[in-house]
Amino acid sequence: MLQESPVKTDLSAHLKWLEGEAVYVMREVAAQFERPVLLFSGGKDSICLVRLAQKAFWPGKIPFSLLHIDTGHNFPEALDFRDRLVEQLGVKLIVRSVQDSIDKGRAVEETGPNASRNALQIITLLDAIKELRCDAAIGGARRDEEKARAKERFFSHRDQFGHWDPKNQRPELWNTYNGRKNVGEHFRVFPLSNWTEMDVWQYIAQEGVEIPEIYFSHTREVVNRGGVLLARSDYITLLDDESYEERVIRFRTVGDMTCTGAVESTASTLDEIIAEVAAARVTERGGRADDKRSEAAMEDRKRRGYF
Amino acid sequence: MDLLRFSTAGSVDDGKSTLIGRLLYDAKSIFEDQLDAIQLSSEIHGNGKINLALVTDGLRAEREQGITIDVAYRYFATPKRKFIIADTPGHEQYTRNMVTGASTAELAIVLVDARKGVLTQSRRHGFIASLLQIPHMVVAINKMDLVDYAEDVYQAITDEYQEFAQKLDVKNVTFIPISALEGDNVVEKSSNMPWYNGPTLLHYLETVKAGAEHNVVDFRFPVQYVIRPDQNFRGYAGQVASGSITPGEEVLVLPAGKTTRIKSIVSFEKEREEAHAEEDVVIALDDELELSRGGMIVRSRNRPTVTTTVDVDLCWMNEQAMQPDKLYVLQHTTRQVSAYVSKIIYRLDVNTLHREPAEKFELNDIGRVEIVTTQPIFVDPYKINRRTGAFILIDPDTNNTVAAGMVRGVAQDVEPVGSPQQGARAKSPDVVWEGLNLAREEREQRNGHGAAVLWFTGLSGSGKSTIARAFERRLFERNCQTMLLDGDHLRHGLCSDLGFSPADRAENIRRVGEVARLFYEQGSVTLCTFISPYRSDRDFVRSLVPEPGFFEIYVDCDLEVCRERDPKGLYRKVEDGQIDNFTGISAPYEAPTDPEITLHSDQQTVAESVETLIRHLEDRGILPPPQTEKPGR
Ligand SMILES: Nc1nc2c(ncn2[C@@H]2O[C@H](COP(=O)(O)OP(=O)(O)O)[C@@H](O)[C@H]2O)c(=O)[nH]1
Repeated sequence: MLQESPVKTDLSAHLKWLEGEAVYVMREVAAQFERPVLLFSGGKDSICLVRLAQKAFWPGKIPFSLLHIDTGHNFPEALDFRDRLVEQLGVKLIVRSVQDSIDKGRAVEETGPNASRNALQIITLLDAIKELRCDAAIGGARRDEEKARAKERFFSHRDQFGHWDPKNQRPELWNTYNGRKNVGEHFRVFPLSNWTEMDVWQYIAQEGVEIPEIYFSHTREVVNRGGVLLARSDYITLLDDESYEERVIRFRTVGDMTCTGAVESTASTLDEIIAEVAAARVTERGGRADDKRSEAAMEDRKRRGYF
Repeated sequence: MDLLRFSTAGSVDDGKSTLIGRLLYDAKSIFEDQLDAIQLSSEIHGNGKINLALVTDGLRAEREQGITIDVAYRYFATPKRKFIIADTPGHEQYTRNMVTGASTAELAIVLVDARKGVLTQSRRHGFIASLLQIPHMVVAINKMDLVDYAEDVYQAITDEYQEFAQKLDVKNVTFIPISALEGDNVVEKSSNMPWYNGPTLLHYLETVKAGAEHNVVDFRFPVQYVIRPDQNFRGYAGQVASGSITPGEEVLVLPAGKTTRIKSIVSFEKEREEAHAEEDVVIALDDELELSRGGMIVRSRNRPTVTTTVDVDLCWMNEQAMQPDKLYVLQHTTRQVSAYVSKIIYRLDVNTLHREPAEKFELNDIGRVEIVTTQPIFVDPYKINRRTGAFILIDPDTNNTVAAGMVRGVAQDVEPVGSPQQGARAKSPDVVWEGLNLAREEREQRNGHGAAVLWFTGLSGSGKSTIARAFERRLFERNCQTMLLDGDHLRHGLCSDLGFSPADRAENIRRVGEVARLFYEQGSVTLCTFISPYRSDRDFVRSLVPEPGFFEIYVDCDLEVCRERDPKGLYRKVEDGQIDNFTGISAPYEAPTDPEITLHSDQQTVAESVETLIRHLEDRGILPPPQTEKPGR
């Protein structure tokens, strides 16, 4: 079920500006690259991306496909939502799954109670980019998400191995984006670079963008693992001293069920969520179990080609 | 809620990271888990207590070196505004990063350590802010807690920086004494500095006018992408770079050079009645014309310069030095063309602002060059239009962005600084310039004032001579050594063999320039009044005089007023057909783009103009400060 969309209001000045910048970047991608895709995770950031792409090419259609790298550990609500959105827009959806990569021996499943497929996504993603001969992949990452991202470019170059070299980034000036590359290389493009979590929420509210219901408060069985609340699912193996309990929660990100943490919350409308975000003291990714593994975890993953 | 983008720069350890940490912390934009990580980091790196500076610390390699080496973007918001900080390290090598951060900023914070005062770096930051045309600058004088919050320390730094800032092209400079560490005057007003009545830093950031630098006059619409949903609709997608437009208006499309009308302006929400600067829209035109990405839609009566040669300020941003005559890709708005650097006019020493000769640019070099493009580009001077005056150069072999450029105008074929000049000098190659017997500095010291060349340019009848004469009298009364070189006088003697063709005009100016230079070296305040209609000629004279001795003074006067005044009866003769090649009527006048002083002689009295000149020379230290009246008459 899709959440009721609230009445649309005029965008506030800062959101208009951010939207303008993102639309400009979308169009640059369409103009500078031959085979771009939009990485669609089903989360609110990629849903915003889709809306921005719709705006950028109106009255035409979005001139690229959506690519979903499927961990196989999805929230069912998110999958439903994805399929409905794709149908509404008439865009092409391409799904490449981590399970396939594992079956083909390209990736090896982690073991243990905290096994996650987040790291394996990289392999599937890079394989998909190669297979589809993509020269640009649009992602929803924001610079405010994590320290290592503060220096990321809008147009982020990846070498032929899909790797990111923090020492060899091109300077990015004004709104001039340099997407030139050699054969086999590609770009990650981040139209939401200058947005914060708060901006995304306000945009969703003011623009009336629909998002999956798991972002809103609901009752669910969760297990508390090292401070992270994980939703009950077949992909989780309980440890001896663990058990599921019902809590009133919502999710701040939508990802792999094995490592996406819930927050306890009664916020059931966008306004309540915004109020909660304003008072929040934990960044979004803080709810993700895998970011806590090491201080430079994100940076390491980025070098290897993470989103 | 609106948005302000600002850049921060400071020398290492001036407290920049601490200040940003403080702003983010006080605006509650550091989250708990980030705080955790910072705490962890503080422990690992062995200093125990929480270190706000770590908030803005990024990549591991940089952490190991203990310095930041790239532009990092930070975000915070107050109920009034969202802020985007471009945090640029102030290290010597990192001019590149400062330029990058400044390119999108509307305000620059320059940090000065109160104990150290104004350093070379503080000046460099100011210069880059000015070069990139950032309209607002805040000089935050930090670590006031370490100088006992003393007003005189603040005042001395303010005075010194103010003097320097006058040489810059920044509209608005504000000074705020702070302690980033203790929080004084950052968010909360400090009780430690009752003598300071200005705003806190955050208050200033929240209230300074944002978005003021947009050019709202000149409509420019670079075409980004063509949208064709079906046979009936062909729309040009793009962002309005400047100005605005409405359906029905007549427009010109470039490069085709054809005119048509705006049929409709479309956006996702609705059909639009108007499109403004910075808005993304789709424009449909009445006629099917040759137009695609890289083209531009403008008003037929307000066009950019269409040119294949540009005079630009260039910053080199790559480890691989510039290669003369190599073909680079020039990306300007949505247009890419091949281009090469045809001439280096000078390289600037960004610390002293001295112009020096150069064969090529290396990483972090900034200077003025001329560029030739294989296809025309559609440009405006960067000072007038930040969007259509900016471009990057890309190395087609590595695909790296290697330079950032800001257009001054069409290339004027200016002689490079320090090169052997054309004409007479070139014909006597064996003559060796020995250096003067007495250094100019000695003469200046004896005279009690500096030497200078004041070059008055303007139309015939604009008032150049009248103002210069009155001005010379004033200087003389102040015991200054002066000389006045007047166009008419020189044409009777030294230049009596020359006419008024462009070549003869150039030679005339060259001779005058050389003479002016001699008077300059002799210690005089040398006034030259010459119509000098060509920019390249004036720039040539400028290149003869060492910085900062040359002052271009544009005597700006409406042509109609000049014609009415007609002091020498020349305009009448032109009308009667007795004179050809008359500047302003049958020969061009290229107004200065960047004069040191502009005098509006059709709006100011001669006395007012003289006053302006005197003040300017005092401010620049050419003349000693005015005698203050003795108290107790
Ligand atoms: N006493 C005092 N120390 C400060 C102040 N601001 C920064 N510092 C200290 O100066 C040192 C360098 O600061 P940092 O922010 O890392 O400088 P950066 O290199 O400009 O980023 C640190 O030890 C700070 O604690 C201030 O206002 N007062």
